[in-house]
Amino acid sequence: MNTKNEKQQLESVKVNPNNNNPEPISEPEEIEAISPWKDAFRQFRKSRLAIVGIIMISFFVVLAIVAPWLSPYGFDEQNLADRLAPPSSDYWLGADHLGRDILTRIAYGARISLMVGLVAVSGALFFGTILGVVSGYFGRWVDMLISRIFDILLAFPSILLAIAIVAILGPSLTNALIAIAIINIPIFGRLVRSKVISLREEEYIMAAKAQGMKNGRILIHHILPNSLAPIIVQATLGFGTAILEAAALGFLGLGAQPPTPEWGKMLSDSRDFIQLAPWTLIFPGVSIMLVVLGFNLIGDGLRDALDPKMKN
Amino acid sequence: MLAYTIRRLLIIVPVLLGMTLIVFSIVHLIPGNPAQVILGETATEQQIAALEESMGINDPFFVQYGLYLADLAQGDLGTSLRTNSNISSEIVPRIAATFELTVFAMIFAIFVGVNAGIISAWKQNSWFDFLAMVFALVGVSMPVFWLALMEQWIFAQELGWLPSSGRQPSTDTIEPITHLFVLDSILHMDFERTFTILKHLVLPSIALGTIPMAIIARMTRSSMLEVMKSDYIRTIRAKGSGQFLVIYKHALRNATIPVLTVIGLQTGVLLGGAILTETIFSWPGIGRYVYEGINYRDYPVIQSGILVIAFIFVMINLIVDLLYAFIDPRIKY
Repeated sequence: MNTKNEKQQLESVKVNPNNNNPEPISEPEEIEAISPWKDAFRQFRKSRLAIVGIIMISFFVVLAIVAPWLSPYGFDEQNLADRLAPPSSDYWLGADHLGRDILTRIAYGARISLMVGLVAVSGALFFGTILGVVSGYFGRWVDMLISRIFDILLAFPSILLAIAIVAILGPSLTNALIAIAIINIPIFGRLVRSKVISLREEEYIMAAKAQGMKNGRILIHHILPNSLAPIIVQATLGFGTAILEAAALGFLGLGAQPPTPEWGKMLSDSRDFIQLAPWTLIFPGVSIMLVVLGFNLIGDGLRDALDPKMKN
Repeated sequence: MLAYTIRRLLIIVPVLLGMTLIVFSIVHLIPGNPAQVILGETATEQQIAALEESMGINDPFFVQYGLYLADLAQGDLGTSLRTNSNISSEIVPRIAATFELTVFAMIFAIFVGVNAGIISAWKQNSWFDFLAMVFALVGVSMPVFWLALMEQWIFAQELGWLPSSGRQPSTDTIEPITHLFVLDSILHMDFERTFTILKHLVLPSIALGTIPMAIIARMTRSSMLEVMKSDYIRTIRAKGSGQFLVIYKHALRNATIPVLTVIGLQTGVLLGGAILTETIFSWPGIGRYVYEGINYRDYPVIQSGILVIAFIFVMINLIVDLLYAFIDPRIKY
């Protein structure tokens, strides 16, 4: 492992175009031996945008946790006298058409969106990984069958497939979650499959096989750990897409039902009041954007850190 | 090339069959009694029985699926439960409306995205590069329906520069020929109307095209940066070619393949995004058709709408795959 790592570092010195004064390649013993994961972590810390992403997500996580203590209002508490009240010291981000505090609803909405991201991505990751590993490792007709199913699922624009699934199951937040998890399964599945196929032919896997190691052990101890990097990146980016998809379903009336303060639903409820009270639309939209942006920034940072080819 | 084309065409067959099976199953997987769910709680038993009869729901699953495929093969998409009219004839003008919108959105996305990506790569680490990439990141992270609402509010309702909804003024409608209104107005030699129709297209196409634009810009930038480092570009530069020529003639050609892939994939995003954009801008396209179908629990409409959109998506990806082999003869399968 160490020699491989040294080689990588030497290469990065050689080809780095920003380094105007490339140091002559020094003796290998001067290079500190670090594990690839540690190296990735160092790279990641250097990425300023990724740090911004982490700060953004942390902000919403805190917002979601403190939601009940954030304001004196409940998320479905209506004060009809204050309908469409503009932002003020009473309502920091204004009130909606039923006089509900928008800040409170956004904070509770953060709980929903983060939960949607977590559950949908974990579900897709779990089933996608199993299917991808099985398909890639065993090949033949198993691979044919699973790959064709992936092809078919990916042949639908993703939001359409989600709509179809919710049309079957009936509109609700849980069903929207299931739909989003399902449409993301082939994305993870394909990724894992391609990684497994490329690893399957590696010498150390052959060696493990020759030693008589069982398939299950090889999969869990060798193949999965070595496929982790792209999966982590995709999962991070997947958080963002899942949140966007949930908001879209909510907006179409296929996701969370009233009075749940889901961000997409908040936008569709306030549509008619945009000229009278633009804050009812601006803030939920900005919240969606910031959370998704946060996950995208982290995902980009992780990709740069974990993929040695992208280092420059 | 021919062998590749044929193989690529053959791969589509199981995909299309699988798609029809999924779409067909939508109605049959509804928990409980589908006819009851479709008609709602107030339906009488006769109504339910009549609908079950017309849907053929009492036949075995694969018999029904076979009949469904036979109908599809004849271009029959079934009957809308709400309007009682033939979906195939209802859907044609809507496909045209969506087609017109997606084409304009794609033109916007490719033109702005590719050029922004090229300039960003050309002037790497400049303020333009930085701004363009921040903008692209924000663009990817924005919900398309929110962007649409904001555009509608600012440019249509507050500033009044552009119409806020529809394909044309409702008081003065065009006599359709192809149902592509821009083309129709040109065929009618009514250029004033062309201008009005183009004005209706601006906001929805920008809303729909923003995400693909952002992704295309990022892809073009990274693809160009890689190509610009290659030896042959250095040689061309050494020969004294101008920067513009180097970039647009030599580098862009080799940077096209990954960009093309992204463009193919993004049409899926466009077609999916069309449901949201069309709903907001009251655009009478296929996305809005599906949305109305959802609201009225008009399952045949939902099924057909989804099937048609997915079919278009598969065809576009086929064309993109064939284009690869055409653009880059090194690609062999």
